[in-house]
Amino acid sequence: MKRLRLAAAILACVLVLISVAGSFVPRFDYARQDREHVGSRPSSGHWLGTDDLGRDRFARLLQGTRISILLAPSAAVVSMLLAFAIGAVPGFAGGFAERAAVTAIDLVLSIPWLFLLLIVRAMLPLNTSPAASVTITFLVLGLLGWAAPARILLARARSVRQAEFIILARSTGIAPYRLLYRHVIPNLRPILLAQFWISVPIFILSEANLSILGLGVAEPLPSLGSLLRELETVLSLRADICRFAPLVMLVVIVSSLQIAVSGREVPS
Amino acid sequence: MRSSILRRLLMVVITIVAGGLVSATLVRCAPGFGADERQLDSRLSNDTINAIQTSHADERNIVRFFFASVCKTLRGDFGVSRSLNRPVRQLLQERAAVTAALAGKGLALSWLAAALMIFASRFVPTPALGISVTLLSGALLCLPAGVLALLAILFNQPAYLVIALIVYPKVHRYLSNMVEAVRGMPHILTARAKGASESRVFLWHVVPVIKRDVLALAGVSIGIAISASIPVEALCGIPGIGQLSWQAAMGRDLPLLNNVAMLVIGCVVLANSGADLLGEEPRQSS
Repeated sequence: MKRLRLAAAILACVLVLISVAGSFVPRFDYARQDREHVGSRPSSGHWLGTDDLGRDRFARLLQGTRISILLAPSAAVVSMLLAFAIGAVPGFAGGFAERAAVTAIDLVLSIPWLFLLLIVRAMLPLNTSPAASVTITFLVLGLLGWAAPARILLARARSVRQAEFIILARSTGIAPYRLLYRHVIPNLRPILLAQFWISVPIFILSEANLSILGLGVAEPLPSLGSLLRELETVLSLRADICRFAPLVMLVVIVSSLQIAVSGREVPS
Repeated sequence: MRSSILRRLLMVVITIVAGGLVSATLVRCAPGFGADERQLDSRLSNDTINAIQTSHADERNIVRFFFASVCKTLRGDFGVSRSLNRPVRQLLQERAAVTAALAGKGLALSWLAAALMIFASRFVPTPALGISVTLLSGALLCLPAGVLALLAILFNQPAYLVIALIVYPKVHRYLSNMVEAVRGMPHILTARAKGASESRVFLWHVVPVIKRDVLALAGVSIGIAISASIPVEALCGIPGIGQLSWQAAMGRDLPLLNNVAMLVIGCVVLANSGADLLGEEPRQSS
């Protein structure tokens, strides 16, 4: 199992490297239209053929992978910061702050994730620049994805608060910020890291769902989700198997991330 | 027991009101709120356009608007959908049944499949079966609901199958973890040592222990099914609550979105609370 996890982590790293390296190769321009070859089949010029606007599918796949695989961790960072502030800090403080945090977390968790995401994303401007749409999409994911990690962090912070070493540290008259920095954060770090890695594939999948519904990344910028919209053209689908390439890439990335983080759910 | 029910009901009401208020606030803060395309119609007179503008005036104060709409809802008046131009109550009545049928079939299928897989891997414990079940669950966990809906359209499969495929891996994963955790318990080992059959051990010793967790999982799976119904109904063109919430969000239809949000949140919270309540051990009188 350890070898499988290592292999999955290496595969994910290789995919990140390939997608990042693709941006340095001029021939892989995701926005360039080849009007001579619109909707063409795979060839030496276009390894995965071209889409309905004559854009190279392979270049778009590289760019889409890069956007999804680099921005999902950024969203996870935002989410973890919020989870720490809303879950860990009140959990360590206890009292009214803890009760208020538990209520807020339960409230957010009671709203179905995709429903919440849909409402919030639809409320934000839809006619934005492609770069802004990418930022908005992943920011929304990060800002809304804190509840589940916050619940776990709160529980852990509560147990840390009641731990003997904290009582001992307090009895020595340690300053609160030093207590937090030297004793609390190091004890929460494994959970923060585990929750971070668990959130990344969830955010990639959520972005894909939003993009399929037309609320994700705007054209011409591709993401793994927006590339999947090509599957909507069902009638011409059977003729071109390359339309499934983003789906294969999504499955490989998400499964390798999930395998790599499996066993991290309950860190020691 | 009665106080527990009352406490849970109070939490359900608070959650529904808070959820509705949050969704109404989001709509109120959204750019373009209050804009009405009828204002661009050159055939309308100034008086009519002014009347349209003043019709939105009572929606400016979000708290007042929300609590006024809650009071109206309690009287049975759900308002009129601006984007679909129909009474919200009528829309909810029509579509709730569609989503309930879709989610119900999907849930039933997913639970049946998960239970069968667990039974099969318990009574026919071959490595090939174990690997294939794990691979299937893993693959389904990696596919977004939207993609499954598109594949269902492509291969002409019913939409409830998509709901089942979304719910199945989560149910299977948690169920098998529960069964696995119970397997090594002392009373199970004792029952086996006494020569009890595998089916008897499962039904008499495993099921009672995991009953409470299974009920909690059932409550959670309802939420997953309702959430999955949004992309499935939107992409497959099924006129249910999922599609309605999608249309309401896209059209920034405040009365409709509010009511749909409260209905969805209410269903999820009721399902979770009901599952918790059913799973509670009755107190024994001393």
